[in-house]
Amino acid sequence: MSYKSIERSKLPLTQQDFASDQMVKWCPGCGDHAILSAVAKVFPEIGYKKENYCIVSGIGCSSRFPYYVNTYGFHSIHGRANAIATGVSIANPKLSVWVATGDGDSLAIGGNHFIHVIRRNIDINIMLFNNKIYGLTKGQYSPTSDLGAVTKTSPYGTIEQPFQVGELVIGAQGTFFARVIDTNPKFITEVMHEAAKHDGTAVVELLQNCVIFNDGTHDFLSNKETKDEFQLILHHGEKMIFGKNKNKGIRMRRNGLAVVDIGPNGEGMEKVLVHDMYDPNPGVHLMLAKMFPPHFPIALGVIRAADVPTYNELLQKQIDESLKKSKIRCVDDLLNSGDTWEIE
Amino acid sequence: MSKQILEKESVVVKFVGDSGDGMQMTGTLFSDAAALKGNDIATFPDYPAEIRAPHNTIAGVSGFQVHIGKETRIIGDKCDVLVAMNPASLKANLKWVDKGATIITDGDAYDEKALEKAGYAANPLTDGSLSSFCVISPNITTLAKETAMAYGLDNKSAERTKNMFCLGMVYYIFSFDLETPFKLVDKRFEGKGKVAEANKKVILAGYNFADTMEVFASTFQISSVNLEKGKYRNITGNEATAWGLLAAAEKSGRQLFLGSYPITPATEILIELAKHKSLGARVFQAEDEIAGICSAIGASFAGAMACTTTSGPGLSLKAEAIGLAVMTELPLVIVDVQRAGPSTGMPTKSEQSDLNLALFGRNGEAPCIVTAASSPSDCFYKAFYAAKLAMENMTPVILLTDGNTGQGSELFRIPKMSDLPVIKPPFAKKNDAEFKPYRRDPDTLVRQWAIPGTEGLRHRIGGLEKTDVSGLVTTDPANHAKMVELRSEKVMRLAKRLSKQNVYGNVDANTLVVSWGGTKGVVYTACKEINNSGKAVAHAHFSQIMPLPENTAEIFAKYKKILVCELNSGQFANYLRMSLPKFKYEKYNKIQGLPFTVNELVNAINNIIK
Repeated sequence: MSYKSIERSKLPLTQQDFASDQMVKWCPGCGDHAILSAVAKVFPEIGYKKENYCIVSGIGCSSRFPYYVNTYGFHSIHGRANAIATGVSIANPKLSVWVATGDGDSLAIGGNHFIHVIRRNIDINIMLFNNKIYGLTKGQYSPTSDLGAVTKTSPYGTIEQPFQVGELVIGAQGTFFARVIDTNPKFITEVMHEAAKHDGTAVVELLQNCVIFNDGTHDFLSNKETKDEFQLILHHGEKMIFGKNKNKGIRMRRNGLAVVDIGPNGEGMEKVLVHDMYDPNPGVHLMLAKMFPPHFPIALGVIRAADVPTYNELLQKQIDESLKKSKIRCVDDLLNSGDTWEIE
Repeated sequence: MSKQILEKESVVVKFVGDSGDGMQMTGTLFSDAAALKGNDIATFPDYPAEIRAPHNTIAGVSGFQVHIGKETRIIGDKCDVLVAMNPASLKANLKWVDKGATIITDGDAYDEKALEKAGYAANPLTDGSLSSFCVISPNITTLAKETAMAYGLDNKSAERTKNMFCLGMVYYIFSFDLETPFKLVDKRFEGKGKVAEANKKVILAGYNFADTMEVFASTFQISSVNLEKGKYRNITGNEATAWGLLAAAEKSGRQLFLGSYPITPATEILIELAKHKSLGARVFQAEDEIAGICSAIGASFAGAMACTTTSGPGLSLKAEAIGLAVMTELPLVIVDVQRAGPSTGMPTKSEQSDLNLALFGRNGEAPCIVTAASSPSDCFYKAFYAAKLAMENMTPVILLTDGNTGQGSELFRIPKMSDLPVIKPPFAKKNDAEFKPYRRDPDTLVRQWAIPGTEGLRHRIGGLEKTDVSGLVTTDPANHAKMVELRSEKVMRLAKRLSKQNVYGNVDANTLVVSWGGTKGVVYTACKEINNSGKAVAHAHFSQIMPLPENTAEIFAKYKKILVCELNSGQFANYLRMSLPKFKYEKYNKIQGLPFTVNELVNAINNIIK
C-alpha cells in the first residue's frame, strides 16, 4: 500500500510546517492533546504539499481540531462533518481529506452521514474520538456510553445498548477500520499512516479519555497493571499474541474466537490466528472488532483494510467514459441537442 | 358534408385518465408535435402523488394540460377539448370545460363498476347531463386493441394503446400532419421493436376514425407562433434550471457540483444534471436533504460551483446548513421548487408559500439573496444568474421556482453561450501575503475565495462567529454586531448593481398590480385584458426578491393603489409592508394548490380599480 497520487512537497516538511498560531483550549490532561501531537507528526511524514491537506470537523471538543493544525480547515456544524468532507473530496481530487469527529457528532446527530460515507467508500480519513460521553455540553451520555453509565442525563444509569464503532463500520460495508488509544501516541502515528495509504473511507477509532466527565473509561487499557492483558496489538501477517509474557493468543474455535494459552515451549502457537487485514471477507475482522474484556482483550491497530474501488475513482471513470462517448461537449451543444427549429 | 375549418389563435387541450393511462406521455406527444409545427406552447402536468392509485377512482386521476397557439404565456383557464379516459377523470375535470367544448371519452370505460367508483348514479353519457358539450364517446379501447393486436401486441399491451387512439383524434381535430408525430413516437419507443409501429398505427386509426366517421362538426387551424426570430426548443422549467446551472459552471470555469435528495417536484433537476457527466457535472445523490446541502457546502469550500435542489420540506431541513453558508460566506445555489405545504402538504400541487422560509427561515440573522423564476424558460436565466450572484458575491442564493413552473413547459429561444455575461468569482491569489479569510472588497463587502490546494492561503473557516478581517473565532460583542451588519449590508448593497424593476401595461394607471415568481404569465395576461377592455392598470412583476430592486419605492410612489397577487396568504405583501412601510398594499391570494386563472384575476383587479 502506498500514499495517494497527491502532489508532494519538494522540500522536506517538519511538524513546524503545520504548527497553528492558535492556543489549544482542551482541558489539561485531555486525551485529545496526545492525539493532536501524534497526528501532527503524520502530515509532514506523508509529505504531500502543505496546501493539499484539508481537515473537516463537526461540533464537539474534538471538532476544534482544525484550529490547531495549519492546513485548510472547516469547522462545520453538528453531525455534518462527514457530509461536508464528502463534498470536499468529490469536488477536489487534489486534496487529502481528514475528518475530526466524536462519538456524539458521528454516531448520534450525524449517524446517517457516517454510515453512508462509509458505504460509498469516499476517499477520506475519519478520526473518530471516542470518549463515550458528551464533553462540550458537559457530561451527557453518548451512543457509545456503556449500558448503565450514570451521567447527567442518565442519573439512574443508561438503559440503551451502546454502538460498537467497529461493528457499525463493518456493518456499513466499511473497507478500513482501526482502533488506537490516546496513551500510545507512537502507535497512533503508525496507524494514521496506514489510514492515509488506504483508498476509500478509513475510520480510525481513537479511544480517548475525558478527564472531566468520564475519567478512566478506558482505564483497563491504559492502566499499567492490566493493559498488557487487555491490549491485542495487531500487525498484518503476524500472529495475534498478547499478555505481559506474550503467552496468550487468539484462535478460532467452532463459530467464534477464543483465547488460547501458549505454553513455555510454544505449545498451542500453531492454533493462533495470523492477522490478515486485507481479507475481503469481514468475518474475522468483525469478531476482532467486537472483542471486549473481561473474557477477551481489545484489538488495537488496523483491523480491516479491504481493497474496494472508491466512489471517487468510479466517478472519475464515468466522467472519463462519458467524455469519450458523449457528443455533448459544451453547453452550446446541449442547448442545441434534440428537437429544435428556426422561427423566421 | 363539407367540413368547416375554423381559425383559432389558441386552444387548450387537457388529457385526463387513470395515473397509469399514460396521460403525461400523451400530452407531451401532443405539445411537442405542436411546437415542432410552429405553435407556441405552455404545458401543465396535474397528477396525484400516488404512482398507481386505485383504478378508476377520482384519487387516481392524472392529467396533462396543453395550451397551443400564437402566444401562450399561460396554461389556460378552461379547456376547449377534454380527453377523458374514464368516468372518474371526466367527473374530476368537468369543471375545467367550457360549455360547447368537445369531450372525447372512451365509451368502453363506462361500465357499472367504473361509474360507481367515480360516484355517478347514472351514466353521464346517456342521462343528458352532458348536453351542453359536444361529446364523442366511441368504444376506444376496442378500436385501439383491434388495431394494435393486428400488429403483434399482446392483449394487455394492445389495450394500453387506447391513449394513442385519442391522440390520433386530437391530431385530426387540429389539422396536424402526422409525419412529425410519427417521428416523435419512433423516438419515444426506440429499441422497443413493434411497439412503435403499433402505436403509430393506432394513432392513424384514431385519426382516420375521426375523419371517416365525421364525428366532429368542425376542425381547427391553430395560428402559428408570433415570436422573435431565432432557434427554439421546448423546455420544462426543471430542465431549464439544470441547464442554467451548467451554463454558469461553464462560464465561470468552475466544475458543477450538485448535492441533492429526490423530492417532488424538484427531482427532475437532479435527474437532468446526472446525465451530463461529459460537461463535468459531479452529481451526488445524498442520503438526505441535509447531506445534499452539506456536501454542496464542502464542494463550494473546495472550489466547485455548488448547488442543492429541493422542495419545501427539504428547504426546512436545510435551514441550519444555509446558516453555515451565510457564516462561512461561501457561494451556493439553493433551488426550491415550491409545493403546497405545510409539512408534506400536497406534493404534486404548486404554491408560492416558501417565501417566508427563504427570507427568514434560519437561526440568528442570516440574510441570503432570494430570486424567483417567472416561467419555465426563465428558469434557465434565473438559475444562471443565481449562480453568478452566488459566486461573485460569496453568498448563498435561494432561487424559488414552483411545481407548475418546474414541471410545466414552454418554448425556449435558444441562447448562445457567447451572449451570456461573464462570471468572475473573487479568487484569492496564490501566496498573497495580504490574504485574510474575512478581508472584504471595500465597495461590495465581498470576501475572497481561497481554494484548498492553493499555495500560501491555508486558513480555517466554520460556523463560529469570525473576527472581522482575520476570520479568527471570537465572541467579542462589538465584533459580533459589526459582522451581523456586514453580512446584511453585503446583500443589501447588491441592489445598486442589479437591474432595475420594470413596469408593464398602462404605466400611467392609478393601480399597480404586483406579482412575483411563477405567476407572471397569468397576471400579465389578466392585466392586458383589462387594458384592452378600456380600463387601465400597471403591472410590476418581481424576480429579484432580496434585496428588492433599488427603484421599487420610486415605482410604488406613482400609484394610488397597489394590489399584490400571490399563491399564498400574503407573504410577499407582508415582506413589502416590512421593507417599504409607507405604502398601502392590498392583497389577492389563492391557496388551493392551483394556479390563478385569468378570469379570477381580471375580476379581482377590476374590483380594486373601481
